[in-house]
Amino acid sequence: MTTFIWLIPVLPLISFLINVLFNRVIPRRGIALLGVGSVALSALITIIAGIKFLSIPPAGGAYTTTIYTWLSTGGFTADIAFRMDALTLVFCFVITFVGALIHLYSVEFMKDDDGFARFFAYMNLFVSSMLILVLSNNLLLLYLGWEGVGLCSYLLIGFWYKDPANDYAARKAFIVTRIGDTFMIVGLFLLVITFGTLNIDTLLRQAPLVWSSGSPVAVIAALLLLGGALGKSAQLPLQTWLPDAMAGPSPVSALIHAATMVTAGVYLIARLNVLFILAPEVLAAIAIIGAATLLIAGFSALTQHDLKRVLAYSTISQIGYMFLALGVGAWSAAIFHFMIHAFFKALLFLGAGSIILLLHEEHDMHKMGGLRKKMPIVFLTFLIGGASLSALPLITAGFYSKDQILWFSLASGIGSKWLWLAGIAGALLTSLYTFRMIFLVFFGEAKTEPKHQPGPLMTIPLIILAALSLIGGFIELPHNLGPVHLFSRLLEPVFPALILSESHAPEWIIQVISALIAIGGIYLAYLLFNKKTLSSNVIEKSRLSHFFYQGWGFDWLYNKLFVLPLVWLSQIDKKDFIDKFYSSLAHAVNYSGTLLSRTQNGKLRWYVMVMVAGLILLLTIMLNL
Amino acid sequence: MILTYLIIILMAGGAAAWIAGKWSSLLPRYISLATLLIDAVILLIVLAHEGLNSGKIWVVEYNAAWIPRFGVSFHLAMDGLSMLMLFLTFFIGLIAILISWKEITVKTGFFHFNLLWILAGITGVFLSMDLFLFYFFWEVMLIPMYFLIGIWGNEKRIYASYKFFLFTQASGLLMFLSILGLYLIHGSTTGVYTFDYQQLLGTHMSATMEMLLMCGFLAAFLVKLPVVPFHSWLPDTYTEAPLAGTLILASVMSKTAAYGLLRFVMPVFPHAVASFAPFGMILGIVGILYGAKLAFAQTDLKRLVAYSSVNHMGFIVLGVFAVNELAYQGVIMQIIAHGVSTGALFIIAGQLSERLKTRDLSSMGGLWTQAPVLGTMGLIFVMASLGLPGMGNFIAEFLILLGTFKSSVLFASIASVGLIAGTIYAVRIMQKVFFGKENSPMKIKDLSIRESIILGVMVIAIFILGLFPQPFLNSAKPAVTKILHANEKTVL
Repeated sequence: MTTFIWLIPVLPLISFLINVLFNRVIPRRGIALLGVGSVALSALITIIAGIKFLSIPPAGGAYTTTIYTWLSTGGFTADIAFRMDALTLVFCFVITFVGALIHLYSVEFMKDDDGFARFFAYMNLFVSSMLILVLSNNLLLLYLGWEGVGLCSYLLIGFWYKDPANDYAARKAFIVTRIGDTFMIVGLFLLVITFGTLNIDTLLRQAPLVWSSGSPVAVIAALLLLGGALGKSAQLPLQTWLPDAMAGPSPVSALIHAATMVTAGVYLIARLNVLFILAPEVLAAIAIIGAATLLIAGFSALTQHDLKRVLAYSTISQIGYMFLALGVGAWSAAIFHFMIHAFFKALLFLGAGSIILLLHEEHDMHKMGGLRKKMPIVFLTFLIGGASLSALPLITAGFYSKDQILWFSLASGIGSKWLWLAGIAGALLTSLYTFRMIFLVFFGEAKTEPKHQPGPLMTIPLIILAALSLIGGFIELPHNLGPVHLFSRLLEPVFPALILSESHAPEWIIQVISALIAIGGIYLAYLLFNKKTLSSNVIEKSRLSHFFYQGWGFDWLYNKLFVLPLVWLSQIDKKDFIDKFYSSLAHAVNYSGTLLSRTQNGKLRWYVMVMVAGLILLLTIMLNL
Repeated sequence: MILTYLIIILMAGGAAAWIAGKWSSLLPRYISLATLLIDAVILLIVLAHEGLNSGKIWVVEYNAAWIPRFGVSFHLAMDGLSMLMLFLTFFIGLIAILISWKEITVKTGFFHFNLLWILAGITGVFLSMDLFLFYFFWEVMLIPMYFLIGIWGNEKRIYASYKFFLFTQASGLLMFLSILGLYLIHGSTTGVYTFDYQQLLGTHMSATMEMLLMCGFLAAFLVKLPVVPFHSWLPDTYTEAPLAGTLILASVMSKTAAYGLLRFVMPVFPHAVASFAPFGMILGIVGILYGAKLAFAQTDLKRLVAYSSVNHMGFIVLGVFAVNELAYQGVIMQIIAHGVSTGALFIIAGQLSERLKTRDLSSMGGLWTQAPVLGTMGLIFVMASLGLPGMGNFIAEFLILLGTFKSSVLFASIASVGLIAGTIYAVRIMQKVFFGKENSPMKIKDLSIRESIILGVMVIAIFILGLFPQPFLNSAKPAVTKILHANEKTVL
């Protein structure tokens, strides 16, 4: 078993290479088979590995395999080596399984695109990078996957490169995440200098021995790593790239938002939980950032017109929940929500993709409507996804994963009622914006006719994901509902136990409140956007809503603070003032040369005169001495 | 003796190419190609024969008296570091010849003579263990390059060749003064007047004198590398030189300066280096950031790549003055990786300007559609240039920054901002050239098979450097240890 987990990231990589080298001779069918097949095969291997993992748990809780020594110098060594423990297993499963479904969907979605082969090449590389990220046993190899993910997001967001706006979005995503990455790499330097290694296992064992809880170096290291996580996971203050990342084809959004990329930050923090526990201030900051982000993004989601932008802000908001969970030490709850979120968010993006594709690239929800009857499969699956996102009680998976987070944000020893309140307010926003979207798109009168119905390659992934969005939650039930804790049991060896605080409201009250909030949000959305008994003007037209619509002015602020000054700086000194120094030096030499050359004018009397003058001068000086 | 052959073969090949150019314009190309291949094969044989970690101080050494009266010897020696440098030189040399195969049509004989003599000079610089000899070869590579730029360059070639010559010659003379100073001091204190590197190591002198002499060496090396504020010859020279000249200038010749810093400045002036180190690192950081800033502002593609070199050389200076094994290994990786990646970017810029008859970014755009292979190559090397893991430059910059972090947390942290700056100007290349709207009405051809093979080999090279750096690190290790040891020994 240990010998072939390396195949999981390598298969999509091989497919990528074959695609890049031979795309001119392989027919489309072959490209599709290669692209989908490689990821599906990885998924299969992951599932086999998972079954084996569960039936015969490996010694030390992980499969490990070292391929070769990457570099070793000056006392620092990093291997190309993979390690699969329970956490990695969950991530691998989501990446390959959801990834394969998205690939399958793309075969139909992209069938008329000129860049068909290029698309699958990038997608395969994306999946491969993400798998390297979660499978690597050391942070340097993780960083390779991390940057690979960044590169692929750049390429895929800017996939339709002829439109400069897409390229702008791509560059924005790449540069903003790389700002985070730079913090992260400095964090890695700090870890190497302190521990002499980037091997994750060693780091986690050494850190508590070297650092005391809250020691300044531990805090700084955790902060730097957090910087990387904030960039990739689009959390405050580095969230601005994600809404623009919609420029890519819809399956790309599904991949970026659900299975890969944005969850990398969650993975990093969960993976290095020991380091973050040693920095309680940073952990608290993560919770607060998560809470703030989920609210800010929730308000923005509520005011968008573009269907995909609603989903984009929703992703930022949901990742905010995961950060909140991480910050209160509810590690397993964060990962559980990651998995369930991957199911329903992939579903929603693929559904949105079908709608937009079949409505002739119409993104504006106000120009949709009435699609309930025109696209029944898309409607039903989208509804299930939306219900799961809104955490509709008991029947949807989203309820079980989000309920856990809300409960722990209050009950955890490092939780607080403020965090819980933010979470509950966010839950209201979530069901409100989700059902605003559903009512606008699927109900009311039809405004745009769809071209035709989506084919089976697009609907099958939707149905599978819809099923998972419903039943996925049953593997981990709240304590008072049933004794099923498969998920947290699985992750138990990876994470430290969560210590609950002594005094808090009973769990059932919290559950009832969140259930009521979810249903209340849906009802409110119904009143506002379907029945229109209440005026939805406040949400659609007020100045405040415009502020939310613009993403709380972050883009405006960054533009004024960073982009414009940098552009100005580069423009004022385009010609390089240092060169001016040398050229004026050259001019001065030249000028003095011309001055002196005037003396050499070939006139004898001038020479005689100068000679006499010189003689007189010399004589005077000599006589005076 | 074999080391002498390496240089003689190049010089003889150059002469033969010049003569052959009188009859045919094709013959000089084949002669130069053969000459370089012979040298590369000789080097491979030496590598196969001696291995990398033979334990000897020098893998191969040759020492003969040249002007015994003044203590000048013809002393050549090669260790793992010089061997890496020679492989880079021959690799880039071969590519320079191939890339000029159809592009150079006038005076091909003399062109190849100059090309091979430059390479001979560079080879000599990498092998010299006698400072007089070192200076001799330093000049040998300068003059043919002056011709190369002045005769086969672009529109402003005369201006550029003068500028190049004045900067390098003036700074080279300062180095020569320092060499003489070192010679005299060593002679007067020990009674042995010699230019021999090994003997000059550990020469005792006053702190002021040491600093003064080091500055002479620094002048030559920092100008050639170049380091801000001595970089102003670079954009003009790199832009105006013919493609082969730019390639050799950027990929190899600038590396003679990096090599000189490691081989000569570090071990010979340890105290002065120690007190200069913070300023050196600051110079590196300034180069990294200012180079990136200027690269971002350029509208001429070749100039943009030229300024990106200033940015990359900043990392080298930073690493050199961090003075530890990690940083030095990083510097050596950067020497090689930058040689390949920037070389490739210059080639891509050359191919674009040859097709579009302009280097202006504003008349490019959307070229991916017409030339996807060229676009892919561009993408790969843009990513290499911004330090994407998996490619050589990442290993280099990672090791340099890590080593610097060990010496100074502050400097390493500031320099890391360079990674962001590098990203900003690098993706601008993709944006302006390959993405966006098509601004040129001209239809361009994608890469020819010859061009694809050249760049394809460079792609393989940059990935080997990034994924399998260990053989390179192993090869450089004895030299790095030696340099650091000499440095430490005298400081203690």
